[in-house]
Amino acid sequence: MKEELFVSGRNIPNIDPYLNIWHWQIPLYLFLGGLAAGILFFAGYFVVRGKEKEMPATVKWATIIAPIALIIGLGALFWDLTHKLYFWQLYTTIRFTSPMSWGAWTLMAITPLSILWVASYMKEMFPRWDWKFDILNQFEAWIIKNRLPFAWIMMILSIILGVYTGILLSAFNARPLWNTSILGPLFLVSGFSTGLATIMWVSKDEHERKVLARIDLIFIAIELFLITHLFMGFLAGTAVATEAAQLFLGGDFTVSFWVYVVILGLILPATLEILEMFRFHIPKWLPPFLILFGGLMLRFVMVEAGQITRFLY
Amino acid sequence: MRYAMAIDTNKCVGCSDCVVACQTENNVPHGYCRDWIVESVSGTYPNLDLEFRSERCNHCDNAPCVRCCPTGASHIEQGGIVVVNHDECIGCGACIQSCPYDARYPHPDGFVDKCTFCIHRVEKGQNPACVDVCPTSCLHFGDLDDPKSDVSMAIKDRSWKVLAPEAGTKPQLYFLT
Repeated sequence: MKEELFVSGRNIPNIDPYLNIWHWQIPLYLFLGGLAAGILFFAGYFVVRGKEKEMPATVKWATIIAPIALIIGLGALFWDLTHKLYFWQLYTTIRFTSPMSWGAWTLMAITPLSILWVASYMKEMFPRWDWKFDILNQFEAWIIKNRLPFAWIMMILSIILGVYTGILLSAFNARPLWNTSILGPLFLVSGFSTGLATIMWVSKDEHERKVLARIDLIFIAIELFLITHLFMGFLAGTAVATEAAQLFLGGDFTVSFWVYVVILGLILPATLEILEMFRFHIPKWLPPFLILFGGLMLRFVMVEAGQITRFLY
Repeated sequence: MRYAMAIDTNKCVGCSDCVVACQTENNVPHGYCRDWIVESVSGTYPNLDLEFRSERCNHCDNAPCVRCCPTGASHIEQGGIVVVNHDECIGCGACIQSCPYDARYPHPDGFVDKCTFCIHRVEKGQNPACVDVCPTSCLHFGDLDDPKSDVSMAIKDRSWKVLAPEAGTKPQLYFLT
């Protein structure tokens, strides 16, 4: 038998043992992007369904958070670039094969759109609000008139944004932990769930929260289902994939993934939401807080762990 | 035209001369390398095999770094050489994450850097610096489409392997075994 016993590795001081090129900024951005996508999707959805009046927090109040989250996220992305002054090069080209190019353009479209969305509700939210200039009032009237097409565009863009936060990672076949197409739907569903959690936190209306909690339960169930399939895929996969999964099955990230993401971030809030349905008294902030915590941890764990997994050495 | 390199692992003694030549030729910053030596031992005692490999960017035919680059800074030059255009690179790190060979690193000046097959020398008809300096002549460079080139002659009658072929990148460094 001829088996490789040991490899020296490379020992390049600033590159090895592994190049941790993405730091806290990337998972933070992935979290905020998913959260904003969730908020905007449901704002659009309930406008399309004609339930604007029933869901005031979803359609109006919570959407204020979306542009703020997007701008902080963009700031984090910019922070992580090492050649910052050249960032505008992103917008000189469209590269269809690069998810990051897709993402950059999607953000370019959805960030101003989310600001316009909030602006169009300013007078409803703050009755004494005044745009000062006539042209702004006319522009607002135009947006309000075209709210339905706006809602549709926003829903489509937020799905692209949500999927992109996962596809960004799964496009890298050099990192076996990320190189699974299930990451796109997983991050989309998780992002929508964190968006719902934020709206629930903001909402003061009992009925609205109940509707949102029911939708959120479905999303948590889908997320658990996707996580199961993620591991089925890994364990039925090639050697590098199985090895990558070992990081979560006894390896360094076992506790942070199963305790923080799965138990505290998914199972516990789902249980609390079910108990709330049966009229148990649960602190209003607790399930959303846990969901947001779980969503943030999922991204931190995936980004950190993924960078360790590799083909060689 | 398809530039490639063959590395004779039976001849390589792991002296790291190629690494030093590259650092000098390309002004590689301290603490980083565009090429490196890997030493691997295989077999069962007492029948052990020691292999030295001088490794660098594989200038893949199906280069994931070029595919993932959002600005087009990573691109393919004539002859299949993968090059980073420093003025288009934003330093997002996508290409570093996408490389199964970890051939790229962030240059302290911000852009991403890697082996260029010494394209500035190749354009003048010279060999890459590492090839010219190798004391055992274990590195062979040239055009694979030309049957008389150094690299074509080197791999013609020898068995060879490439690194991580399962990554699907179609690497163009041929390790003669």
